[in-house]
Amino acid sequence: MYPFADQALVFVMLINFLALGSSRMNVSVRAVALQGVTLGILPGIMHTFSWHLLAITAGIILAKGVAIPWLLVGAMRKAEIRREVEPLIGYIPALVLGAIATALAFVFAAKLPLAPEHQGLLFIPASIATLLTGFLLLVTRRKAISQVIGYLVLENGIFIFGLLLTEAMPVMVEAGALLDLLVGIFVMGIVINHISREFSSIDTSRLTALKE
Amino acid sequence: MTHILIHILLVLLMPPLLLGVIGKTKAFFAGRVGAPYLQPYYDIWKLMRKGSVFSETTTWLFRAGPIVTLSVAVTASLLIPLGNHSAPFSFAGDMILFAYLFGLARFFTVAAALDTGSSFEGMGGAREATFSCLAEPTLFFALVVLARLSGSLSLSTMLTGSITTLWPDSAPSLILLAGSLFIILLAENCRVPFDDPNTHLELTMIHEVMVLDHSGPAFGYILYGAAMKLFVLGAFFLHIAFPFKAGDPFLDWGVFIIAMLLLAVVIGIVESIMARLRMVRIPQILVASTILAAFALVLVLR
Repeated sequence: MYPFADQALVFVMLINFLALGSSRMNVSVRAVALQGVTLGILPGIMHTFSWHLLAITAGIILAKGVAIPWLLVGAMRKAEIRREVEPLIGYIPALVLGAIATALAFVFAAKLPLAPEHQGLLFIPASIATLLTGFLLLVTRRKAISQVIGYLVLENGIFIFGLLLTEAMPVMVEAGALLDLLVGIFVMGIVINHISREFSSIDTSRLTALKE
Repeated sequence: MTHILIHILLVLLMPPLLLGVIGKTKAFFAGRVGAPYLQPYYDIWKLMRKGSVFSETTTWLFRAGPIVTLSVAVTASLLIPLGNHSAPFSFAGDMILFAYLFGLARFFTVAAALDTGSSFEGMGGAREATFSCLAEPTLFFALVVLARLSGSLSLSTMLTGSITTLWPDSAPSLILLAGSLFIILLAENCRVPFDDPNTHLELTMIHEVMVLDHSGPAFGYILYGAAMKLFVLGAFFLHIAFPFKAGDPFLDWGVFIIAMLLLAVVIGIVESIMARLRMVRIPQILVASTILAAFALVLVLR
């Protein structure tokens, strides 16, 4: 149907596993950035060329692949967090859960009453699998930044679903972009939160030093 | 008939050359001249002429280990098709025999290691058993995917016939399979990210620690059997990663030999640019490769 779309979606699902299995935040941020870029290229593959499409593609790649990862890396550096220390569920169980979720996504997608032209495409299972991976990340990680990463993965899943509906409801795609903005605000919130915490801790240490 | 003869000759003569090529590649990356390509042959020949020392505490199990390892490798090499030619022996379901032949070899290696009563060898045996437990599901998932794609349960028809025609349609699952099988190829043959065949530090090694007590011809059998296992699993990997058909049967043999040597160079490069993984990371990588293969199965079953 769409050449290379299946390969790209398989790649997206592999990145899900990478995000689930890596303990380093740097790796997960890069994984999500790569996922965003892959998803940004997808609409470009699916439709015939137009300047409007090019602008949308560039916009998605800039937002998902450059801006948000850049903000996240900045937040990580400010908060001095490099790895998720103690996730609620370990990495290997999380990977296995992710694999089960992916398999279930395929089973579920086969049961959905889809439009005939959407049947047999990888979009629906990939979207559900990415959604579930995002959920897993959100639920199992403690650090706020890795939760934002989970949220981004979740949002990517919604975006994949929206790709199928671009002709029917363009609003869905716009809503996807809005969700991205929301994540941006999340990130800013974390940064500000950490800065304020940092300052207060510095203050208390100075106070104790004064006492002595 | 000639093809069966070529198959047997290749299987018997070529495996140590792969080790030589890997060694030469590593030497090239380290800026050394390196041992000659034929060094593994000299090593095996040297070991064959030596006498053996057997500890008094060991039983027949210890002596059976190397012999079983080598004979199992030879049997498995008769089941695997090389290049574009089918194997000398093939029947429906030989893929399960193929997988469990290596299981048998592993059991005897571990049993022989435990038989010495050395604590180090027991540790190596425990590691080997743990890691191969995690590696085995990947091999089976891969075999199931191939069986499903080709509609056959025999290795020869599964691997020689249809992979080239399958690539355009099921490229994603075949790429996943190739990736996970490469991980298994490195893990099963104790290559670098998982195990370092050159170290002799008991605390870090897996396979080498189990064969510390073997000497002389017995150790020669182990080296030769290990080389043959690398050859057989490498041929299996090449069927999926490099399904090339030249058309002419003799040209096919040439292509196969060149592809095997290239694979040895690639393994040498991987060994040169990667460090050994920490012991705790190895199960993670093996589970990840299992998940890749399972994902390939999901894609195929869809």
